[in-house]
Amino acid sequence: MPRYGMVIDTKKCVGCNDCVVACKTENNIPEGYNRDWIVTESHGKFPDIQLEIRTERCNHCSNTPCVDCCPTGASHIHEFGGVVLVDHEMCIGCKACVESCPYDARFIHPDGYADKCTFCIHRVEKGMKPACVEVCPTYCMHFGDLDDPNSEVSQLLNSRKWHVNLPNAGTEPNIFYLT
Amino acid sequence: MNSISRRRFLKISGATIATAAVLTGSAKTIFKGSDKINREKVKGIKKIPTYCDLCFWKCGAIAYVKDGELWKVEGNPIDPLSNGRLCPRGTGGVGAHRDPDRLKRPLIRRKERGEEKWVEVTWNEAFDFISEKMNKIKSTYGPESVALFSHGIGGNFIKHMLRAYGSPNETAPSFAQCRGPREVGFELTFGDIIGSPERTDIENTKCLVLIGSHLGENMHNTQVQEFSRAVERGASIIVVDPRFSVAASKAKYYLPIKPGTDLALLLAWMSVIVNEKLYNFGYIEKYGYGFDKFAQEVSIYTPEWAYVETGIEPEIIRATAREMARYKPSTLIHPGRHATWYGDDTQRSRAIALLNALLGSWGSKGGFYIPYSFSVPKYPYPAYPELKKEPLDNPGMKYPFASGEQISTGIREATITGEPYPIKGWFVYGTNLIQALPNRKETIQAIQNLDLMVVVDVIPSEIAGWADVVLPESVYLERYDDLNTSPFKEGFVGIRQPAIDEPDDQKPNWWIAKKLGEKLGLGAYFPWNNIEEYLETRLKAAGISFDEIKSTGIIKSLKQPIYFEDGVEPEFATPSGKIEFYSDQLAEAGFDPVPRYTKHDEPPSGYFRMIYGRAPMHTFSKTQSNPLLHDLMSENELWVNADVSEKWGIKNGDRVKLKNQDGVISDPIKVKSTERIRKDCVFLVHGFGQKSRQLHATYKKGASDSELITKYNTDPLMGGTGMNVNFVTFEMES
Repeated sequence: MPRYGMVIDTKKCVGCNDCVVACKTENNIPEGYNRDWIVTESHGKFPDIQLEIRTERCNHCSNTPCVDCCPTGASHIHEFGGVVLVDHEMCIGCKACVESCPYDARFIHPDGYADKCTFCIHRVEKGMKPACVEVCPTYCMHFGDLDDPNSEVSQLLNSRKWHVNLPNAGTEPNIFYLT
Repeated sequence: MNSISRRRFLKISGATIATAAVLTGSAKTIFKGSDKINREKVKGIKKIPTYCDLCFWKCGAIAYVKDGELWKVEGNPIDPLSNGRLCPRGTGGVGAHRDPDRLKRPLIRRKERGEEKWVEVTWNEAFDFISEKMNKIKSTYGPESVALFSHGIGGNFIKHMLRAYGSPNETAPSFAQCRGPREVGFELTFGDIIGSPERTDIENTKCLVLIGSHLGENMHNTQVQEFSRAVERGASIIVVDPRFSVAASKAKYYLPIKPGTDLALLLAWMSVIVNEKLYNFGYIEKYGYGFDKFAQEVSIYTPEWAYVETGIEPEIIRATAREMARYKPSTLIHPGRHATWYGDDTQRSRAIALLNALLGSWGSKGGFYIPYSFSVPKYPYPAYPELKKEPLDNPGMKYPFASGEQISTGIREATITGEPYPIKGWFVYGTNLIQALPNRKETIQAIQNLDLMVVVDVIPSEIAGWADVVLPESVYLERYDDLNTSPFKEGFVGIRQPAIDEPDDQKPNWWIAKKLGEKLGLGAYFPWNNIEEYLETRLKAAGISFDEIKSTGIIKSLKQPIYFEDGVEPEFATPSGKIEFYSDQLAEAGFDPVPRYTKHDEPPSGYFRMIYGRAPMHTFSKTQSNPLLHDLMSENELWVNADVSEKWGIKNGDRVKLKNQDGVISDPIKVKSTERIRKDCVFLVHGFGQKSRQLHATYKKGASDSELITKYNTDPLMGGTGMNVNFVTFEMES
């Protein structure tokens, strides 16, 4: 069974927000909310600046405080691909998971349930890529099976330098940023 | 827990988060199916190919309609412009259809111009009103006294209608407020323009030089896609910008130039390449004209001289010049797009053309390719009426090298002065002249002289607020339009077709043009009953099946060579028939035959040069009210160097007003205190600070750069308006 993850090339990302708007239309996210977002970090003194632009979302961690704290079992790890999901019907909107996520990746949907990135599992199960990956005009996002050593994502992680967000949180995130 | 209803639980959830966490802290990870999660309804998904209208790039797109509702827009995988990937604006195209502030019905003004007070009327009433005024203008002043300002392919049918009416005056801000200087500078040098989409072969370039061009923030889809591939390939990237742009962060060399001195840098680069004999000798010998005189002129501009002007270290100037030469002819000094900066922009653009010429980039792989179009014959209309008067944008060829398009500000000036003949009617299609033209006082003054002003738009833009009649157009997802046959790396035809109905009484531009044309007695010019007939006629003449293109969205032509090396015959439509390093025609007209440097005014103490640019999620001032794009960026920010903001006691996120050299004060704008910009300038994204009260989401959000552009320097060669010549200071709230 695959273990899905994303590898994102910060060298290529321009922070255009296309991933954000593609997610919003694909998943019909209401105005004022979004499942992914752009972070721009700059260091240094003009004109010697280093800039890193990242597209961020739920890290679909291997160690999941959001699932562990869920009182109803709505937050769960999907049987296919290790994707972290929320069952909207079972969710009571208690916000425990929202609070527990160190990445601030979850929000309460106006309909009352906790919402976040699903890795577009509805597309992935049909053999497509997540909407954000598919739309990116810089081709900076890669999606695939981290357990398959021949997958594009595994090969990128083997050949390039990378980091994850908040490595000390102990969540074992499955989104990797190439630098 | 499931026995507690969600509603009830929500009420008490604030107090129970901690408890819930404790209660379930030991819960095991639960595996379940995803049966109920985001399951696509398979029934009723329709895919309609079309092409995008969020900017002028015209990417091929596919609109998805799910159960009768517009769902999403994706790139068309066979489209050579988008390669199946739209930019954020195109992806957000659904929001144009959903915008709650859209124009819904035709409007006629009932109070003073600019007060935005209207009566809703029927289309027939609107056409009666317009045709009566147009007939009166025609009989009193002649049909030439109606002018059209039109931006985008949607304006084609209205252009046709006004040509049939008898007016030669049609323009767009895309020339004198944008690409004009670049096109003229390149035409003077190579005998051909850059055009749109730009003929830049970023995909294959080995060395890319961006001067002010901020690709990635400036989201011209194909260029950004190719830029990212160039980054991946490890192409050498040189970025020249007073602001540390996103592109700068990908560059090998970042040159933080003092604004207004780009020409000094270009001349110094050329002097290094000439003096060190790094140029493309064979190419110049074969295709060049006047090289020796050129070489003599530029050789005096040493890097040491340029350092004083630009602030760029001489060694960096030398290193970057050598870097460009190292990769010749696959070096691309990008010509930019919005080139109207300082009023000497044609000469700056010509210097860019000459630097490319020195390296042999024009016609070379990795430089400038030779584009071609799919040949589709025009519709066989009857001949337009003979013109009794010349266009009046450039009387007496005051700007001798203006060509290709008319000077919008020239038509505005004629509307104010009534010379060489009066202009009494304006049609405005798809361009917000309030933000697009410099010095809005002049625009408003011109409007006051009109007997008729008609605006055709999808939203109540600022310019619509000044109209006598506002006609609500269908958005691109609701209409057919003319065929897209843009010149590119490969020839193609793109079709725009409706995916969904208009929500209210909006109409497509072809219908508006035809109905009004018929009302004006010009029915003979509209021999087709509907646009399908028009399109079918054109497509048939090009050997394309209407049904096929409706299902694919794009039809491509056979591949042709696009480089000299692949067999394109080099042709230069200059007076000498060669690449003109020295321009006799410029000398004869009294201009510098080889560009020379002139100093520009500097901001007085306490003032900063205001520079402006683009954000990836907005186009000009036309997308800010799109709810999806508004969500991404609802207002602009003022980039201020961190040391400067500290000195002024302004904190990141504070709101300030800007006051320009003429005392004009902006709306408040949020300060982005940053290391990513020089201390002598401030930057903001164009298109915000809108004053249309009917655009509820965007009204006075952020500040308008264009409101502060009261000063402009006119390019003596072609009439372009250099707009980076305004200085601003911070107006603190007391």
